[in-house]
Amino acid sequence: MSASILRVERLRVSYDHPLGSVRAVDDVSFSLRPHERFGLAGESGSGKSTMALAILRLIRPPGRIDGGEVWLEDQKLSSLSDDAMRALRLAGIALVPQGSMNALNPVLRIRAQIADALGDHGMSLTQRDLTARVHDLLGQVGLPPAVAEMYPHELSGGMKQRACIAIAICLRPKVIIADEPTSALDVVVQRQVMVTLARVQQALGAAVVLVGHDMGLMAQFVDRLGVMYAGRLVEIAPIGEIITSPRHPYTQMLIATLPSLERKGMMQGIPGLAPLLRDLPPGCAFHPRCPKAAEICRAERPVLRNLGDQQVACHFA
Amino acid sequence: MQLAYIARRFGVFLLIVWLAATLNFFLPKLSGQDPVRTKLLQSAQLGGYVHAGLEDMVKEYDRRFGLDRPLWRQYLTYLGATARLDFNYSIANYPRTVGEMIAEAVPWTVGLLGTTTLLSFAIGTLLGALLAWPGAPRWMRWLMPPLWALHAIPFFLLGLILMYLLAFQVQLLPIFGGYTAGAIPSLSFGFLWDVVSHALLPAMSIVLVATGGWALAMRGMMVTTMGEDYVTFADAKGLKSATIFLRYCLRNAILPQTTALALALGQILSGAVLVEVIFGYPGIGALLFQAIQENDFFLIQGIVFTVIVALGLATLILDVVYPWLDPRISYRRAD
Amino acid sequence: MTRGLEKVTGAAPAFTDPLPPTPSRKGRGRHFIVRYLRRNLSLAVGIILLSLLALFIVIGNLTVDTELARPLSVRALQPPSWDHPFGTDRQGRDLLAAMVAGTPLTLKIGFIAGFLGVGIGTLLAFVAGYYRGMTDTVIRGIADIGLTVPGLLVLIVIAVSVRGGLTVNEMAIIVASLAWLNPTRTIRAQVLTLRERGYVEVARLNGMSGPDIILREMMPNLLPYLAATLVSSVSAAILASIGLEVLGLGPLESPTLGMTLYWINFNAAILNGWWWWWVAPIVIILMVFLGLFFLTVGLDEIANPRLRQSV
Repeated sequence: MSASILRVERLRVSYDHPLGSVRAVDDVSFSLRPHERFGLAGESGSGKSTMALAILRLIRPPGRIDGGEVWLEDQKLSSLSDDAMRALRLAGIALVPQGSMNALNPVLRIRAQIADALGDHGMSLTQRDLTARVHDLLGQVGLPPAVAEMYPHELSGGMKQRACIAIAICLRPKVIIADEPTSALDVVVQRQVMVTLARVQQALGAAVVLVGHDMGLMAQFVDRLGVMYAGRLVEIAPIGEIITSPRHPYTQMLIATLPSLERKGMMQGIPGLAPLLRDLPPGCAFHPRCPKAAEICRAERPVLRNLGDQQVACHFA
Repeated sequence: MQLAYIARRFGVFLLIVWLAATLNFFLPKLSGQDPVRTKLLQSAQLGGYVHAGLEDMVKEYDRRFGLDRPLWRQYLTYLGATARLDFNYSIANYPRTVGEMIAEAVPWTVGLLGTTTLLSFAIGTLLGALLAWPGAPRWMRWLMPPLWALHAIPFFLLGLILMYLLAFQVQLLPIFGGYTAGAIPSLSFGFLWDVVSHALLPAMSIVLVATGGWALAMRGMMVTTMGEDYVTFADAKGLKSATIFLRYCLRNAILPQTTALALALGQILSGAVLVEVIFGYPGIGALLFQAIQENDFFLIQGIVFTVIVALGLATLILDVVYPWLDPRISYRRAD
Repeated sequence: MTRGLEKVTGAAPAFTDPLPPTPSRKGRGRHFIVRYLRRNLSLAVGIILLSLLALFIVIGNLTVDTELARPLSVRALQPPSWDHPFGTDRQGRDLLAAMVAGTPLTLKIGFIAGFLGVGIGTLLAFVAGYYRGMTDTVIRGIADIGLTVPGLLVLIVIAVSVRGGLTVNEMAIIVASLAWLNPTRTIRAQVLTLRERGYVEVARLNGMSGPDIILREMMPNLLPYLAATLVSSVSAAILASIGLEVLGLGPLESPTLGMTLYWINFNAAILNGWWWWWVAPIVIILMVFLGLFFLTVGLDEIANPRLRQSV
């Protein structure tokens, strides 16, 4: 494998719940090549957002990182001091938060929120330079300079999301993690945001991890896709192959749920419910809902195996 | 837009002022008789000391508010007098006017209340914020239980306890009054120190209790704020701990805290009144107490009105300042 | 809907079911209560303090001759002795008797005013919060303005206007007249939140009448909160009544806690070194306020948003 810019190896994250410890991310490994767009898909509770936070070492009690390792290029992130890790955030790996959150401080102007980031990373700029920088950043995401002086509540959802992107790129990170950047936005705005994201990524030459559950969005944006279920990675493959020939039963059913313009028929769902993370079935987590399930699925947990370009965690792939 | 908001708030303020005057006028009449007149006559009869002024006062009162005059006429006269800040003469301290006596007492109360409220709010808020912050020094946790227990008791109760401990047992601080009896007020250092040392016990009673309350409230606000999305994102932005604490958490948590201040003013004042009574501190509270003892109805009315108006004013100021703190509340209709 | 970035500063991520399973029937009963009290320390402390007070009152009233609480019953200014465990005051009251007789009076004022206040307040809050519109604006306006005015002062004006002195019951009514203001406001806020809940909407669509919805759907969910409001209302009422009494506006012959403080102040008991006079009432008042405070905090925890989410 060519030198990866981000490498996640056997990452494990748990939360301490009054009723027991819960594995939100279970032995997840993947790597990201430079300039690559990697998608991380899964339903609610699959652990993908926790993954994003874990990579940034933002898991706080009652959560904790149980094991595994994350590398940014050659840097092992766990060996960094707290302050070094802090400096790495935004400068090395940047997060674009979910669109529906109020990720922006309501009492500070946009300009101040960018200035905060620059200042705390050791950049001291004169007022003029700062203004120029801010306007430039806003321009890159397609926002007019006037936005700099506005407060978050004065912006629409799409504008807020793009402002977040502007903050995320202000230090030219090598990796951008976008956590559901388009949820709660209407499709027109969704497109704007994704186009913006693609554009800044090209300009920076950064790699992107797109976390989400919208398979259609994934299909249009990413190069490779990882599918998560119950905190585990069940399949990783180039996007084209996942869409046309998914190997894992879960992925197959996910693809089948996508409505098609050519074929008309009943909407497909996936029977059953995602399991409670604290109450996972033994062996393969998906077996209760899997049409191919057999005795071995209950007894033995499948690991990711290479199948050509793809990696699948299934006994029957 | 800004003007409309301020105008509206000012309108509410005027409403409160009017309400205070109206209450002052009508409440006494609820009992059927005219208690003011009764009290005037009582004062004239009791105590063996009848001063000439009292006769004049009764005559004057009858002229203005006599029962032969229609009620609405009396009411309007009263409103007019109040608007001119004419609260009549003090029944017990004739020929001093009520206005005079209040004007003397107000600086003391403003001084005491002003400083103690600001101090306890500032210290309490900062303390509360730090208590919620995981990065704060550990020894601060020990401050919590005593603050917590203290803030549940009324000011004057702590005042009594402190009075016993520090003024009686240990004789550290003076017990009573605003300054040593007989001392001549001047701007000298000696006199100022006298004033301060007399104010210390009352001030401590208020500050020690109130600080706990503010600290607890702020701690709660901070915990809520720290759970907000923008704090998580601030973390993800790689901001320094101090920056997040000050500009993302504190700055937001202080908003509801300020609202709480505006609402608590009335309570703080009520508590301070009792503290002044206990310590004989020559402010509005002690004056009120004296007025009650002496059945000085005009003085009571004047004080109550003044206090209500002052509080209304303070609330008005806070209300106008608030949108400046919170950009989400524009001067438009905030509901 | 995905919660996206879980709020990891302190809260566990949203699981598919938000409620922990209800404890099994076996856990209920005595053991459950004890275990809960262990966790909710405030509630435990509050209950203990108030129980001690109740014990004092009950046993006291059974064993001590309350006639001795009247002035001129015994020799004045005696320090504590076997005859007079709490000593006597300047007017010749046996202080133990005074405390035993006076504490329930003070508490009575507090309870009457507190209950009345919360009763009226709840009614107004539900009417305002549920029906909204003009009624809401009026009720809320009155409550807001009323709260700007320091209650004690209005109470003073009322008390001074009443002819003659005040009896205990009259004090209770007067305090109650303002006690409804705060409860109205806070309960109304709760009602507004509850109103938007799904089950209320469903009830409305099913054709349930307003009062029905209020009584059957909303009220049960608000009970813990109402309890907490009640306790803090009682506490505020007691404070107001003591305040009035310290100023000399209370029932003068009554040995209530506030009046005792008034006489203490009047006679400069602290300065004169008659320590036994003021120790007992202060300790009792401390217990009352601390007890009620801890009880409020304990009840608050039960009514907590954390559990309210499942409401």
